[in-house]
Formats: sequence, C-alpha cells, structure tokens
Amino acid sequence: MAILIDSNSRVVVQGITGREGNFHSLKMIEYGTNVVGGVTPGKGGEWVHGKPVFDTVKAAVDATDANVSMILVPAPFAADAIYEAIDAGVALIVCLTEGIPILDMTGVYEYLKNSNSRLIGPNCPGLMTPGQAKVGFMPNYVGMPGNVGVVSKSGTLTYETVAAMSAAGFGQSTCVGIGGDPIIGTTFVDVLEMFENDPQTEKVVLMGEIGGRAEIDAAEFIKAKMTKPVVAFIAGRSAPPNTRMGHAGAIVEGGQGTAEQKIDALRAAGARIADNPEHIPSLLS
Amino acid sequence: MNLHEYQTKQRFASYGIPVANGKVATTPEEARDIAASLGVPVVVKAQVLTGGRGKAGGVKLAANPEEAFEKASKILGMSIKDHIVHRVLIDPASTISKEIYLGITNDRTVGKPLLMASSEGGVEIEQVAAENPDAIKREWINPSLGLRDYQARNIAEGINLPREHWGTFVKIAKALYRCYIESDATLAEINPLIITEENVLFALDGKMSIDDNALYRRKDLAEMRDISAEPVTEVQAREAGLTYVKLNGQIGCMVNGAGLAMTTMDMIKLYGGEDVGPANFLDIGGGAQAERVAAALRIILSDPDVKAVLFNIFGGITRGDEVARGIIQALNEVPTTIPMVIRLAGTNSEEGRAIIDGANLPNIRSASTLTDGAKKAIEAARGA
Repeated sequence: MAILIDSNSRVVVQGITGREGNFHSLKMIEYGTNVVGGVTPGKGGEWVHGKPVFDTVKAAVDATDANVSMILVPAPFAADAIYEAIDAGVALIVCLTEGIPILDMTGVYEYLKNSNSRLIGPNCPGLMTPGQAKVGFMPNYVGMPGNVGVVSKSGTLTYETVAAMSAAGFGQSTCVGIGGDPIIGTTFVDVLEMFENDPQTEKVVLMGEIGGRAEIDAAEFIKAKMTKPVVAFIAGRSAPPNTRMGHAGAIVEGGQGTAEQKIDALRAAGARIADNPEHIPSLLS
Repeated sequence: MNLHEYQTKQRFASYGIPVANGKVATTPEEARDIAASLGVPVVVKAQVLTGGRGKAGGVKLAANPEEAFEKASKILGMSIKDHIVHRVLIDPASTISKEIYLGITNDRTVGKPLLMASSEGGVEIEQVAAENPDAIKREWINPSLGLRDYQARNIAEGINLPREHWGTFVKIAKALYRCYIESDATLAEINPLIITEENVLFALDGKMSIDDNALYRRKDLAEMRDISAEPVTEVQAREAGLTYVKLNGQIGCMVNGAGLAMTTMDMIKLYGGEDVGPANFLDIGGGAQAERVAAALRIILSDPDVKAVLFNIFGGITRGDEVARGIIQALNEVPTTIPMVIRLAGTNSEEGRAIIDGANLPNIRSASTLTDGAKKAIEAARGA
C-alpha cells in the first residue's frame, strides 16, 4: 500500500534538462521510479536518460499519462511551474525548489485549494516509498521497505534518521519531506492522517523544528485521531530566539514556536520524544 | 531583510500613508539644520534595526535646533543592543491623543496575509497578544480579492476608532496592504498610528521586513539594505549563498540543510558541550559546490573563538565529493592547524572520503555518525 507514491506512479520531471534535474532524474530511474518524461520549455523533442522531453506539462501528460510531477526549476519560475502542473491535472505535485517568495506561494496555496491536485513542498526533499519509487533527493540507499511512516520538515535530517532506522532494521512504508517554508502544500496533519489510514503503516516518525505551530496541530491530531504510535524529534532546542535558522519558517518569534512548547505538546499527546535522531530506532521497538 | 524606520516611512509616504515630514541626519550639524528648517520642536530618533530604542535613550525631544544638535551628538554613535547608531531621524514633534497598532503579516497557518489592529498602540504586538489577546482585531485577506473596504471598517469598528476617522483609516489600511504586496514584505506595520490633539491620523513609526527570497525582483528595496547594521561575516555569507548565524560557542559547524544544522547544534549541547558550544549556525544549502564550501570554511575560520570545526554533511542534492573538494580548496588557501571533524554520508560520500583521505591532512579526524561527530568535535575543541 504505502502512501502517495508507489510502483504505479508515472513521474514527469519539470526542469529535467537542468544540472540538478538531470542528475536526480537519473538517480530516480536507477531506484526504479517510473520516470515517463520531462518538461523544459523550448527543449521539447530532446531526450534525457532515454526519456522524452516536452515543452509543456500538458503535452507530457497527454503523451505519457503522468500522474506525478516533480518540480526542480529555479525559484523565480517555480510558482508558474506549479500552476502549470495543476492546470494539466497532475494529481501529485512535488516541488523541491528552495527560495520561492512567500507571496508567490500565497497565490499558489489559494489556487491549489480549488483544484484536485496535492502539492508536497516547496523547499522539500521529496518522498520515497522504499523498494517501489522515490521522487526527489533522498539518497537511494537510505530507505528499506517496512512498516514505519516517516514525515519531516527537513531534508538531510530525514536522510539521517531513515538511514539510522534502516541500519537498525526498521523499514519504512513511505518517507515524506513536507518542507521548511512558511507556506507548504501538505502539512504534518495531512500526512499523519494518510498514515493512520494506510494498512501497511504501523508506526509513525515525525520530525519537526522550531517556528510556526504545525507540530502543535500535529500533536492535537495525534491526541484526537491517531491509534498508531508516534515517535517525534524536534530540531532547534539550542536555537536563539528571533533568529531565522536557515529555513524561512524556522524562527521563534514573540516566544511562539519554541522546541520546548512543541516537545511538551507532542509528549502530552502520547508521542515518544527522541532527544537525538539516532535514538529514534530504539524508541520504535 | 529589515528596513529602517526612515526607509519604511519614505515607502509608506509614496503609497499615500500620512507620515511626519522629517529627514535623516548622520551628523549633529545636519540634525541642527534639519530642525531649523522644520522650525518646530523635533524628536531625534536613533535609526537601528532593533527594538527598545526609547528605553535605551535613543529617542529624545528637542525644543530647538541647538537642542537637536546636542541630542543628536549623544545618540549618534551610541550602542543599542549591540547596534551602533549611524543615523538619526529628525521628525517634527507631535501631540498624541490616541495610539493604535496597525500591521500586516503573513499568517502561515492559513497561507494568507493577515491585517491586525489594536487600540493599544506603541507597544509590541507580541506583548499585546500575550497579555490581552482580545484587544487585537484580525482580518484575513484573500490574495485574489485584496483587502476590501468592509474588512478595514470591521477593524476600525472593532478597535473603537471614532467614526469620523473611518474613511481615513480605510485608506491607510488599503495603502498599507498595497505597500505590503508591492514590496514583497513579510511584515508592514504602523506602530503607533496616532490621532493627534489636532485630530489628525498619521503614522508616527513604522517597520517593514522584506522577503529575502523576493529581493531579486525588488531591486530598489535590495539597495536599501544597510550592510553597516549587520555583522560582516553574515554579509559575506549571504554573498556566497550561505546562511550563517554567529553564536557564542567555540565549535564551528558546517552542515547541509537547516534541520540537520540545528540538530547538529543541539547534539553539541546534548553531549555536554555547554562549555564549548556551537560557534555558529551554518547551512551550506542544497547542492553546494566546492567554491561555496570553501567560502563557508573561510567564514567559520575568521571567527577567533573557533577552536574546532565540525562538518556534518548528509548528501542528497549536495554531493560528498564536491564538499570534500571545497574543504581541500579552502585549506590550501587558508592553512590552519585548528582540528576538524568530518562526517560525510549520503550521495557520493565514498568519493568524498577518498578525497579527504588522499589529502593526508594531520588535523582532520573522520566521524561515522552524527553522535560520533558531535562527541569528537567537543573533545577537539577542549584540546583533548
């Protein structure tokens, strides 16, 4: 089962001819992902790794029946790429691009709500259903098929944790990186709900960070709706207030969004709290 | 990026928001001349990118040009929360009968701009939110509709603004929204918006933060950046495409990804490194190439407090071999004996480790995991 992507996903890559698009498409193909083509305006008719390149998302969808789009285009063009994928009817849009202006995302968010598409990201590492498919940056070797669902705001912290889980024998149903921007298409709560309803997933690992209240919402959801056990880690306990820690969303402002508040809320909701991501496997047993 | 009060008010004025007609001075002589040309009592206001200016003595009344000279010579050069005052704003003094807070920010929980107002102006909105949350009135703005008149009227009514001011208030709120959108702001606030004893509504003080990710298309605002108000290393980091925040410890950290960078700092504290602590937050960003890694290492090593450097790179889009080449390149340019602990994992990490091993550098130790890296870095910083 797993969630969001599996071996039946048909993936088109927006930005496949760029340096990163090219590299990561190849890694995805090597992983076994069914990459059916790419999109780069003005380069339709070319081929990358044996996959056809199209000028528009619509042309790519018409020709390949793609149902997932991965977006890896520069930030100034990313919002347009998301709108294009929504209008082409792509069911799952995964936007990896970092640095998209908030106002661009405000418009995207509004448009997305009135569409049938789901957006993961932006500024996220993508997702992986081990043994079936990956869309994004996650290193191929980190995952292992299994029954733990993983959801995280951070990319590299996810690789760290998933690698430690696999090494300890805890495989994953699906790993989802939702991204660290203030406005994102899919939240912790959305993914927790999917894991709760997924028969393959037995336990869930959640990795959050300082800033905003998404982890507090997650805690409320866990308390009210989840029957599956959750292990959580929150990054940024040592971060000084009023300082943005890299991610546009990772800032403690006006005393809100501290690691302690989030840890307390998650603990009160029944989640086990890890103080080191490498200890997550021991909390899963 | 934050704008100074005078920059914010200039921008507000260009959108038709009434502000005082003051000017900026960088010397006491200029302050005196501006006060003389205004011909009324003035307020001399320190221009620094931090709050609490009034309490720190950075805002003073001056009855005449000579007093303006005197106050400006005291305020210029003073340090407010480690920010040196390079400029003062000379505004005509105003008589205040009422202070209001009016601001717009992005509400990330609903993905929309949020208009907020409170009848308790002049204090920080966070304080009002904590102590008297009901005093804040809110309207969420649909980005495709923009701020509608009725929403601004709802707010005016909610904060008990006298009806005679509603028309002006609606105009100011709508102008503030246009300014917010057309500046790619993440915050635009008037605090306080005052009603004078002459019953006139205007912006006494203002603050704007601009979305750094949008500066590429807001060149006029990007030029307003006051580099003198920022630490040199943070300016260098930004120019190199890095996110760097100076902290007080001794272990320089170079990590890819904000979440892992925070976690690496957390691990130094978790494993008892309170005495040495992280010297900085540094995210080399996704897909960093050798040149950016080298720039990052130069910035870390320019901090005299750094006693050890911890590299924690878990490659995804970032490739371990690129990072390794950057480390070697930087060490060729800036030779150092400071101990370094390098932990490489993920994409092309084996190639990266081979490059580091091949360079045969005596002050480099490798670490296998995050925990191992943090412990070794603490030992290295203590000189063990």
